Amino acid sequence: MLDDFMARAALAGIGVALAAAPLGCFVVWRRMAYFGEATAHAAILGVALALALDASIFAGTLFICLIVAWVATQLSGRGYAMDTLLGVLAHSSLAVGLVVVSFVSGVRFDLMAYLLGDILAVSRVDLVVIWVGAALVIALISWRWVPLLMSTLNEELAHASGLNPQREKLILTLSLAITVAVAIKIVGVLLIVAMLVIPAAAGRSLARTPEAMAFIAAMVGAISAVAGLKAAYIFDTPAGPSIVCVALVFFVTFNFIAAIGKSRL
Amino acid sequence: MKLVSVENLSVAYGANSVLCEVTLEIDQGEIVTVVGPNGSGKTSLFRAIIGATQPTKGNVHLKPDLKIGYVPQRLNFDATLPITVERFMRLTGNVPRQSCISALEVAGVPELLKHQMPKLSGGQFQRVLLAGALLRCPEILLLDEATQGLDQPGSAAFYRQIEALRRDTGCAVLMISHDLHVVMSASDRVICLNGHICCEGTPETVASAPEYKELFGAGTDGALALYRHNHDHIHHQTINSPEVAE
Repeated sequence: MLDDFMARAALAGIGVALAAAPLGCFVVWRRMAYFGEATAHAAILGVALALALDASIFAGTLFICLIVAWVATQLSGRGYAMDTLLGVLAHSSLAVGLVVVSFVSGVRFDLMAYLLGDILAVSRVDLVVIWVGAALVIALISWRWVPLLMSTLNEELAHASGLNPQREKLILTLSLAITVAVAIKIVGVLLIVAMLVIPAAAGRSLARTPEAMAFIAAMVGAISAVAGLKAAYIFDTPAGPSIVCVALVFFVTFNFIAAIGKSRL
Repeated sequence: MKLVSVENLSVAYGANSVLCEVTLEIDQGEIVTVVGPNGSGKTSLFRAIIGATQPTKGNVHLKPDLKIGYVPQRLNFDATLPITVERFMRLTGNVPRQSCISALEVAGVPELLKHQMPKLSGGQFQRVLLAGALLRCPEILLLDEATQGLDQPGSAAFYRQIEALRRDTGCAVLMISHDLHVVMSASDRVICLNGHICCEGTPETVASAPEYKELFGAGTDGALALYRHNHDHIHHQTINSPEVAE
């Protein structure tokens, strides 16, 4: 079955969607969308460095994502609003990454594959990397679920309960970096945040508890991955953007359902 | 054994000193109110006590294994986080549903168990937060601007609830308030904070202290003064004198 590129692509998409769902909920709750954007855009710099140093793309992106996340955290609260800082980081790291890529000579480099993803080219090795990364993110977030929620609700409340919100934040940052590193192949750096935010936002309209929201987000993400691939195959459209479009359809539909439900009450 | 003892606590953010040489202690079953204007370091004092802020100087000692019930001013969520009152309460500890219901009863809102947190009114919200804090069977309750957003009858009712709680469970209460002129009648001590401790004592002592008048009275030409919720005597009648619903 894994000899079929479509099967590999679907499995890769599902893996990323399952990891992105619970993480995406925290991105929505903690208003970290732009933070995610900065981390994701920086990944292209990681790709460039990995190619230049002949290192693994996964390791390169993970490394750069962590650095950018760390820089963003260090710079916050120093005279610039967070969105300004992240705007500087996101777009300059994307620009620097694109410039560095142009210096890397002798490498056949398909830029579009990294900007928009190349899910149909997922190899068996990629599949292992994606699923190990996804499993790690899911394990991290499930393990710290309650402390993460408490820290998100109120930092002082978490402190008073004996938790350390700074450590929980670190876990989210690490999970985000891993997710970006494994999702590049699937949707590309430009659409990674869409995979985080759109399924979670779709889940919000129907959920009554945080756990339900994460579960619905996971279902929406996984179904979008499979249906988006199918659509890309049938209509001959780019796979990554097609996946995001299906997720968008879920978002709009769920909001309609929720609105109708409300007006009947 | 003191529940909380703060010794010569100083807190600074960069070059900006917020708290300077603050010393205070809280005994079992005591109700202490900290009042102070905006920026007087009330929140930093609270954060230092729960360990969220590192002191630049001085110490905070808590009784070993002190069970703190923290009632935050607000939660950082809006409509993006769906959560029922029950789920919120059960986050703080793996408690059975029955405990949640009893805690909500003590806080006066047993009917809210299945409600969505973001849809509660200000008063309901505060009571749910209080119920959440009670689940831990606290030895001390920390209330951060707990009556903010409540009208006067609302705050009076909330204060009565706290007083009853202290009576029934014997827990100490430390609350901070920016509402300088209304202090709960059950306060054993009022601490007037403005970067340092200006004055402290019973509500009467503080109300008549020159430091207090200088800090809060002068700016209003004496129009406002420390008002104590009290039910056993009548206050002098001024036009704007707040009435307490009884």
